[in-house]
Amino acid sequence: MTTALVKRKKPMTPQDVLFNTLCGIVFAIFAFICVFPFYYLFICTISNPNLVEVGRITIWPKGLTLRNYAEVLKVDNLGNAALITVVRAVFGTLSSTFCSAYLAYFFTKQNMWGRRLWYRLVVATMYFSAGMIPEYLNNRALGLLNTFWIYIVPGLVGVYNMILIKTSMESLPGELEESAVLDGAGYMTRLFRIVLPLQKPILATVSLFLVVNHWNDFFTTQLYVTNPRLYTLQFLLYEFLAQVKNTSNAVVTGDEAVNATMNVVRATGIRLTLTVVVMLPIMLVYPFIQKFYVKGVMIGAVKG
Amino acid sequence: MQISGRTSVGQMRRKPKHKWDDYKVFLLAFPAIALVLLFRYAPLWGWSFALFQYKPGKALLDCKYVGLQNFSFLFSNPVMRRNLVRVLTNTFGIHLLGYLFTPLPMLFAIFLSEMKSKRYQKLVQTVTTLPNFISWVIIYSLVNSFFSSSGVATNLLKSLGLVEEGFNLMTSGDHVWLRMVLLQQWKGLGWSAIIYFAAISGISQDMFEAAMIDGANRIQRIWYITIPSLIPTYFVLLIMSIGNFLNTGVDQYLTFGNALNKQYIEVLDLYVYNLGIGSGQISFSVAVGIMKSVVALVLFSSANLASKKIRGESVF
Repeated sequence: MTTALVKRKKPMTPQDVLFNTLCGIVFAIFAFICVFPFYYLFICTISNPNLVEVGRITIWPKGLTLRNYAEVLKVDNLGNAALITVVRAVFGTLSSTFCSAYLAYFFTKQNMWGRRLWYRLVVATMYFSAGMIPEYLNNRALGLLNTFWIYIVPGLVGVYNMILIKTSMESLPGELEESAVLDGAGYMTRLFRIVLPLQKPILATVSLFLVVNHWNDFFTTQLYVTNPRLYTLQFLLYEFLAQVKNTSNAVVTGDEAVNATMNVVRATGIRLTLTVVVMLPIMLVYPFIQKFYVKGVMIGAVKG
Repeated sequence: MQISGRTSVGQMRRKPKHKWDDYKVFLLAFPAIALVLLFRYAPLWGWSFALFQYKPGKALLDCKYVGLQNFSFLFSNPVMRRNLVRVLTNTFGIHLLGYLFTPLPMLFAIFLSEMKSKRYQKLVQTVTTLPNFISWVIIYSLVNSFFSSSGVATNLLKSLGLVEEGFNLMTSGDHVWLRMVLLQQWKGLGWSAIIYFAAISGISQDMFEAAMIDGANRIQRIWYITIPSLIPTYFVLLIMSIGNFLNTGVDQYLTFGNALNKQYIEVLDLYVYNLGIGSGQISFSVAVGIMKSVVALVLFSSANLASKKIRGESVF
């Protein structure tokens, strides 16, 4: 902004040119470091796996092949994990956005019985938690271990999201609801017919936060799920990586060594390709959702 | 977080109404409040596990009641004490090292917003926030493909003669803290800068114009106007992160951890997980967790108090 003013008033001085060039280079380097790994991973997956294994791929793909992608489709449990992940991301996001908005709406009502107490209790959970193991024990006692619900139910009310939505709802003019009251609309009618439709931007922002969190979460599976039918894609990848971690240190000789090398090559190809497959959805939607995120951060920043 | 927003909707209550309406709002909200109580407060009963010698598979009340022995054992037993000291050292080390980088997002935002081309700004911003949306599992896989023993970066370093044959950064126990912090910077720098971009666009343009009329150059404008305007934001974020000091999360350390670097990578949260779920020492693990929760609460309260003293308003 300041630079725009400078430009209008006087031509760029040599110092300005130098400054712009230097900054431009520094930022270009950082931006390169941010994207190159993703590009590199991608070219590795379409290159000859043997060349990848010895680190021969640098900037361009070599020995183009789609073998890795064919192999990855044969990975056990992949389809099921994809299904679980998608269902979880969609259903978890929708239900959590709704529940957070629902609670937010009633917290905008100053006359709620015991409002101060309830609001404080809910907000306090952002800064205080019983801890990982007590939560684990509690969820176990509730029978959520090894069920699909562990992905959905504990996170139904997101307190931070609730505050974001509440802040946004409070900026609505009160007359909107007052006129609806005169027409005899109850709380639910007002929530669904008037308030929620006007909160689409913040609901979209919150949903995006949630969907990425759902997509990226692997620790819930690690902690609560042992049934492979309930694995998510991220967890599948995590397991794959953990296997590689453990086997790469094993020493073998002779024919076994040849076989082992072939297996390692194959495993590397699958691991890289699986990584690409797992992150692809995020990469594809990222350009479209980025600006929503920025908005979300700014609302959050205002509220602290 | 103070109770705010006396909106006009809320004002409706001012005319005396049926008290019934107050209860009705509460009852409608209650299912959602109950979820918070059930998943955030109910786990507190799990704290009682710290008072027993809990064995998995047994009912808690069939286990031996030991009172506060678990807590004292954590400090009196040499192995337990050493572990606790180690994971606390790691947690503090990684965090304190991370604090050295806290001015970076601010500088990033300042210099990027000084760039002439708006399109270049947008492009850099978009590209640098991307890693924030990628999970640690994927980041592990990315780093692995560069720095494992046959990775492309390792090969490059080898050919430059900087490292020896058989070098594998992924399993190395050297500079673990620094590497973890650098990865956090890679992931979060662009994202953390967004808040400063917002703050910069909120600075009044009159100040810059006045400064330019007075002949201030770019560096002077940054030093005397932009940075002082951003310092409050910087301190709020710093105070909040102090409140979060012990909450490192586990994702990054779980994915990057292995037998060879465990010594330096195991942070408090990961230790609680490893102790409780990995080795089934639920009682000890809960005891560690309780201490963590209490210390975290104290940290939050002090951070909040500090914020009240310095800025006259609370952060939380």
